[in-house]
Amino acid sequence: MTEALLNIEGLTKAYPGVVANDDVSFRIAPGEVHALLGENGAGKSTLVKMIYGLVRPDSGRMQFGGAPYDPPTPHAARAMGVAMVFQHFSLFEALNVAENVALGMENPPPQRQLARRIREVSETYGLPLDPERLVGDLSAGERQRVEIIRCLLQDPKLLIMDEPTSVLTPQEVDILFETLRKLQAEGTSILYISHKLEEIKTLCDHATILRLGKVVGECNPRQESARSMAEMMVGTALHTPTRGEKAPGEVVLDLAALSVASANPFGTSLRSIHLEVRSGEILGIGGVAGNGQDELLAALSGETPAPAEAVKFCGQEIGHLGPNARRRLGLLAAPEERLGHAAAPDMSLTENALLTGAIREELVSGGFLKWPRAQGFAERIIAAFDVRTPGPGNAARSLSGGNLQKFVIGREILQRPACLVVNQPTWGVDASAAAAIRQALLDLAAEGAAVIVISQDLDELMEISDRFAALNEGRLSAPRPAKGLTVDEIGLMMGGAHDMEVAHVA
Amino acid sequence: MDLSSINPLVLIAALMVASTPILLAAIGELVVEKSGVLNLGVEGMMITGAICGFAVAVESGSPALGFLGAALGGAVLSLLFGVLTQYLLSNQVATGLALTLFGLGLSALMGQGYIGIKPPATGDVNFGPLADLPVLGIVLFSHDLMVYVSLALVAAVWAFLKYSRAGLILRAVGESHEAAHALGYKVVRVRLAAIAFGGACAGLGGAYLSLIRVPQWTEGMTAGAGWIALAIVVFASWKPWRVLLGAYLFGGVTVLQLNLQAAGLAVPVEYLSMSPYIITILVLVIMSSNRGRAALTAPAALGRSFHASS
Repeated sequence: MTEALLNIEGLTKAYPGVVANDDVSFRIAPGEVHALLGENGAGKSTLVKMIYGLVRPDSGRMQFGGAPYDPPTPHAARAMGVAMVFQHFSLFEALNVAENVALGMENPPPQRQLARRIREVSETYGLPLDPERLVGDLSAGERQRVEIIRCLLQDPKLLIMDEPTSVLTPQEVDILFETLRKLQAEGTSILYISHKLEEIKTLCDHATILRLGKVVGECNPRQESARSMAEMMVGTALHTPTRGEKAPGEVVLDLAALSVASANPFGTSLRSIHLEVRSGEILGIGGVAGNGQDELLAALSGETPAPAEAVKFCGQEIGHLGPNARRRLGLLAAPEERLGHAAAPDMSLTENALLTGAIREELVSGGFLKWPRAQGFAERIIAAFDVRTPGPGNAARSLSGGNLQKFVIGREILQRPACLVVNQPTWGVDASAAAAIRQALLDLAAEGAAVIVISQDLDELMEISDRFAALNEGRLSAPRPAKGLTVDEIGLMMGGAHDMEVAHVA
Repeated sequence: MDLSSINPLVLIAALMVASTPILLAAIGELVVEKSGVLNLGVEGMMITGAICGFAVAVESGSPALGFLGAALGGAVLSLLFGVLTQYLLSNQVATGLALTLFGLGLSALMGQGYIGIKPPATGDVNFGPLADLPVLGIVLFSHDLMVYVSLALVAAVWAFLKYSRAGLILRAVGESHEAAHALGYKVVRVRLAAIAFGGACAGLGGAYLSLIRVPQWTEGMTAGAGWIALAIVVFASWKPWRVLLGAYLFGGVTVLQLNLQAAGLAVPVEYLSMSPYIITILVLVIMSSNRGRAALTAPAALGRSFHASS
């Protein structure tokens, strides 16, 4: 092996009660695309934060370009030639593109010169960007370009990318990969974090697999199957969701020209949405984040009122009804944000079970709470969905993402909905919990409920949905059978080129 | 009623003097809020500055030293708020309210020996022949130094926030402290600096009341000026020039209603007294009524505590 660009030996970092990284060692060669694979909580983020100088390791050594490397701050890391694109964008919505780029640089040139360089670099790498625009007005893909260009302007030797594709359309992913290959050809090393295994197979030269803070394997992703790598990540054989064939039944939920203005100044208003969901059917709704997903969920759950006739549930006009009235009828929803929207973080699981289950599970009588019954309901959820927690008295915040998500989804499913709407049901959830949640949704549909799954994970949608539609700038494309849809067609639906799509198929 | 007794030029000159305390406090609070901190203790810092400035000026005989002492006093008191909210992560709203109460009490205690004393006079800036110009002379060139300092401060804050890198970092910290931290900026340090600046400005505003506008020391003499400064920052959509407009509008209506009272306008005094508050807030509300834009201009991290996790 040639001289390594970054050499990590025995890196250890412990937090109270958990060892995030335990004796981690690996090396990255110049011009190599190195994948870091692992479940949530495997310690990937802590590891890259140490490389980027945000967290100091407890023990272990790093070498960068042959010299000892121990950056005390991100400034020091950037000065050495390490740049990072964050998973949750480190951007400022109320500032413009050039200002955002300047904030990530050590010695930014004056704004006007910087704006010119942003234009140059963005055109060289095929990532067009206007330096004057407010970041709050950009799409997720454009925001990521801002982050990448911020890194590129510093001529990095090592580029760290933390789950860069989770918010992109397939076409945008292609553009990103082209940029990364161009960088690789120029000799830049890339440390690529993802749990999308197909991407890693196409892009990366080498992979290090982490589980519970330890390195459990290394491989050449091009010679492995996605399944074998997933099993290395999880440590057990994976269960693939199964479903039976069935014919869809009656129309349960019917949206006709639903238009709702967004409550958030950076949000997307819904424009004339038409859709029908039948019992026993799963409708998958894809689209890049920020195209109206949150608004659609709010309009369906009843958080945002709509004209009465725009939402019909089993033939009844319910657009004007609030969440509790809709729950009573059997239309339930589980929003995306687990902590704060779907669950109250500091309340116990019993209290959280009560919050949405009070009506359908009859946990309230005459204004008084029936605690034993509520606790029984919480215990049933915990047992039925294998939620790992000491008991229903624990605070929602204390559960891991996957366990809380199982609880939140399970809470709605056990209320026997006639129609269930979920947004990002497996976001940030480990693979085995994700498989369990998908199976539960499939089972629910098999029992005759109508299910709407809003998600940005296309693989998930293709796996479980019967029909697929895409949200784009608040408009919903016409739903199409999910079986047989190609990635290109989906990309076009998500990109909003509805007319082109017809020509494409014909 | 005799409206002819009101000279519009004198009125304009007087409104500049009447507005300066609020303007100073508001421009300081604007910087604090731009960094993402909500300090409701403006009133307390103002009155503390008023007594600190008064005491130093009386003891030393120099109004300039008095203003310096006022700025220092306001800054020290604000850093108490800074340490509590930034290091000990106390709630900003509750701590700010407590700071106001604390400042009112502290100033009353410090001011025990200063009641009924006259401070050394602050002279007007001598512009020579310029002061004799018709119209402009009385409006622009007949004031004390602090009026010009306050105007320069507005311009400086505007330029700092718009053009300087430090100003960009300050706005970034107020916009998203997590992202700023991830990029390696010292969120707490930036905020402490902003809080101290805001405290110093509020102190200057208070000293302007006790040394020039009134001029003497009485307990509770700020009489809500700090709260008006806070309101002006919000309704001015965190824009320095609008803060100037808001402060002058408030000062102007205050001076005008006093003149109208003196002229014997047949409106109950209570209505005239409340008019500055109502008119200022009304005008600024109308200016910031476009909901989407208003939400955009508020610093997104305003009032949220920051604790660096891992």
